[in-house]
Amino acid sequence: MSDIILEMQHITKEFSGVKALDDVTFKVKRGEIHALCGENGAGKSTLMNVLSGVWPYGTYSGDVIYKGEVCKFHKIKDSEEKGIVIIHQELALSPYLSVAENVFMGNEQKAAKGVISWTKTRTNAKAVLARVGLEDEDVNIPVFKLGVGKQQLIEIAKAMAKDVELLILDEPTAALNDEESAKLLELMLELKKQGITSIIISHKLNEISYVADSITIIRDGKTIETLDKEKDDFSEERIIKGMVGRELTNRYPLREGDDYKIGEKIMEVEDWSVYHPEDADRQIIKNVSFNVRAGEVVGFAGLMGAGRTELAMSLFGKEYGQKITGTIKMHGKEVKINNVKDAIEHKIAYTSEDRKTYGLVLIDDIKHNMSMAALRRYFSNHGIVDKNKEILKAEEYKKLINVKANSINQEVGSLSGGNQQKVVLAKWMLAQPDVLILDEPTRGIDVGAKYEIYTAINELAKAGKAIIVISSELPEIIGTCDRAYVINEGRIAGELYKEDLSQERIMGCVMADNRKGDA
Amino acid sequence: MGEQKAKKTKSVSIQGYGMFIALIAIFIVFNILTGGKNATPFNINNLVMQNGYVVILATGMLLCVLTGNIDLGVGSIVAVTGAVAAIMVVQMKIAYPVAFLVAILIGLASGMFVGFFISVLEIPPFVVTLATMLMGRGLTYTLLKAQTVGPLPDNYVYYAAGFVPSVKIPFGDGHLDLVSIGVAVVATLAIIFSEMHSRRTMKKYGFAVPAFFKSVIKVVLISGIIWFFFFKLAQLNGIPVVLIIMFIIVVIYHFVTEKTVAGRQIYALGGNAKAARLSGINTKKVFFWVYTNMGVLSAVAGIILSARNAAATPKAGEGFEMDAIASCYIGGAAAAGGIGTIVGAVVGAFIMGILNNGMSLMGLSTDIQKVVKGLVLLGAVTFDVLSKKKK
Repeated sequence: MSDIILEMQHITKEFSGVKALDDVTFKVKRGEIHALCGENGAGKSTLMNVLSGVWPYGTYSGDVIYKGEVCKFHKIKDSEEKGIVIIHQELALSPYLSVAENVFMGNEQKAAKGVISWTKTRTNAKAVLARVGLEDEDVNIPVFKLGVGKQQLIEIAKAMAKDVELLILDEPTAALNDEESAKLLELMLELKKQGITSIIISHKLNEISYVADSITIIRDGKTIETLDKEKDDFSEERIIKGMVGRELTNRYPLREGDDYKIGEKIMEVEDWSVYHPEDADRQIIKNVSFNVRAGEVVGFAGLMGAGRTELAMSLFGKEYGQKITGTIKMHGKEVKINNVKDAIEHKIAYTSEDRKTYGLVLIDDIKHNMSMAALRRYFSNHGIVDKNKEILKAEEYKKLINVKANSINQEVGSLSGGNQQKVVLAKWMLAQPDVLILDEPTRGIDVGAKYEIYTAINELAKAGKAIIVISSELPEIIGTCDRAYVINEGRIAGELYKEDLSQERIMGCVMADNRKGDA
Repeated sequence: MGEQKAKKTKSVSIQGYGMFIALIAIFIVFNILTGGKNATPFNINNLVMQNGYVVILATGMLLCVLTGNIDLGVGSIVAVTGAVAAIMVVQMKIAYPVAFLVAILIGLASGMFVGFFISVLEIPPFVVTLATMLMGRGLTYTLLKAQTVGPLPDNYVYYAAGFVPSVKIPFGDGHLDLVSIGVAVVATLAIIFSEMHSRRTMKKYGFAVPAFFKSVIKVVLISGIIWFFFFKLAQLNGIPVVLIIMFIIVVIYHFVTEKTVAGRQIYALGGNAKAARLSGINTKKVFFWVYTNMGVLSAVAGIILSARNAAATPKAGEGFEMDAIASCYIGGAAAAGGIGTIVGAVVGAFIMGILNNGMSLMGLSTDIQKVVKGLVLLGAVTFDVLSKKKK
């Protein structure tokens, strides 16, 4: 079996008595792109950490056989020496160092022992960057000035500089827009031609079925199956079936009958314009007008960078931008909203796309996070916190939206992404808003938790709330929304009702708007 | 979740009491090393009087530490305010209450000054307070013309060295103050009552209640410390005034941090400032008041320190900021912010105080004392960090 580059046999890894990996076997052929699929917490990352030496030899049982020999990695450096490089979801770049310095971080190009050769660093960086399609990049500018897409490519270049033979990509496209994602996938195929074997972990199943040669599915720490492109069905439905262990007939819960009542306009925004916070001449949001009704789920579709988050944040107490003009009407009356407190008082809630940075206090527990936005209004008397009420409400909402945790006293940082998102949702539900703006509410969370979030959205709509869903995943907009605005370059490029919502129509609006913009 | 069905008894973690246990252990160790000298009524009284101002500074500093920052200017503000009060009373013959008020207003103003730079102009607290540290010290030397100003009158000194009126009865070879004993009785009853009350509330709402014997142990332990402490005080002159001031401040700040929206906002800010902002918390306002408050408490400590020395000296309060910061960290506060308690900071301050005092009684030089304090700080925080990692 000379074509097997990596074989992980009977890997079992426990964390204080809980088996994160239970007798997992995983084989990768030389030169292929192998996808690793599973829900959050299934054990994908743990398996990759065993492989790369984050969990040293001896802390797990079973064997890692790489190129025919049993490996005993004690640290990441050991696996890198063998040509195994892992690129994590969170990029490991130093923002203020130059592109060239980042490419050779930890692998510095030396003139003599301990002395860096800047000539070598720059010329070699150029050569490596050319291999990932960045031949024209200035290697001297600091990395933070580049977009996430390019930063991701620099990470890969960094791996190439280490003579990588087995490249592991953990959610490489999670932060990228469609165009950048497509580019990255093409690069993976290109690297395959160059003879590099890759393992990709991703929640975006369409990308996996496009790029992968084999798929291994893990569920609850066990290998379920390995699919082969030549022999097996590679459709998203087939992969999901393996991941959740049952057929998920509908990924979006339906709303019908009595649940489905759309009422009066709750929020109306007219002629909303916003300029870039640091560049007063750059208009980010251009005369946007829209409305949401009670019981209605409205989508903001569009590509990343279209200005949807900026629009939402500027509405939510002017948290983004400057020179903001336009009017907001709530229940038909014009309101002035100058800070987040005003927004909350006018019953607007906003959940950020980046829950860890903007949504949660990770070191605090579930109950304190849940009560955070509503503390003064609903959990206190004359500034004194009603702790009993806080506990009771936290318990109630933990059950209501099914937060999986031992207790409401558990630290939020220790929860999975899906459960963290539920805590954020509970926090804003407790603030009793009329309008909820949910920015990428299901980013990076698994299929099961997504379904629960959609159910919660439906419940909120049923209760007469107006919901705005910002999402880059078009199927999500189509599956959850009654109506959607297509946003492109800070403008409303179109408005589509449920019966007209399709990927083609949405992209059609974007294209038409782009043509208009060019003309 | 089957395993947690109707779990009505809660386990009480040792960690919550770890600091108290460390405090008692250190006290016992020094008791042995000094041949019992550190437990004399005289020394217990000294412990209170020597550490009053550090405790007060530690309560204010904890709020700064909770935001993830520190205030380096504390020692200098202590010196300036003490100097102003002393100059007014000694040289300008102004009545002491007016002098106290002016000192506190100066503390308030300096706190607002720091708060303004931090919250409105967004200058890092480390830099702003490093600046006030230098400026405050310089101003003190200028005001005092590098001389000691004193002696301060008795009514001034009373607030740091005086005692609450006592009722003494003969007891054994000496005497016993009934007021102290009375306070101990009242405190014990209050502890028993509050424990019973909290158990009742927990039951009422159906929360998990700790096992009964655990409550008993807790009450006995805390009451034991109180009785030991007040019995010793009763054998000397009774309750020091400084203890009352300290007690009031600690109670107020404990209440603010534990039970109020304002307190919770400080924790939220320290835990994640961006998330706090997007939850409607005015983080600038929180920063402003935390540092303003530190200025006021520094002034209170400044008055008490000058009263204890019966004079204002140019070097007063030097290094106090470090003692206050160390107290917070020893008491379990996280350097990154968001974690820490007032009780922890107070216990931390007393641990430092007992160390200082014990080593002085043993005749160790202040140079060696600093080495030991440094090691204890490092050890305590290392232990804390490692034990959390294990979890």
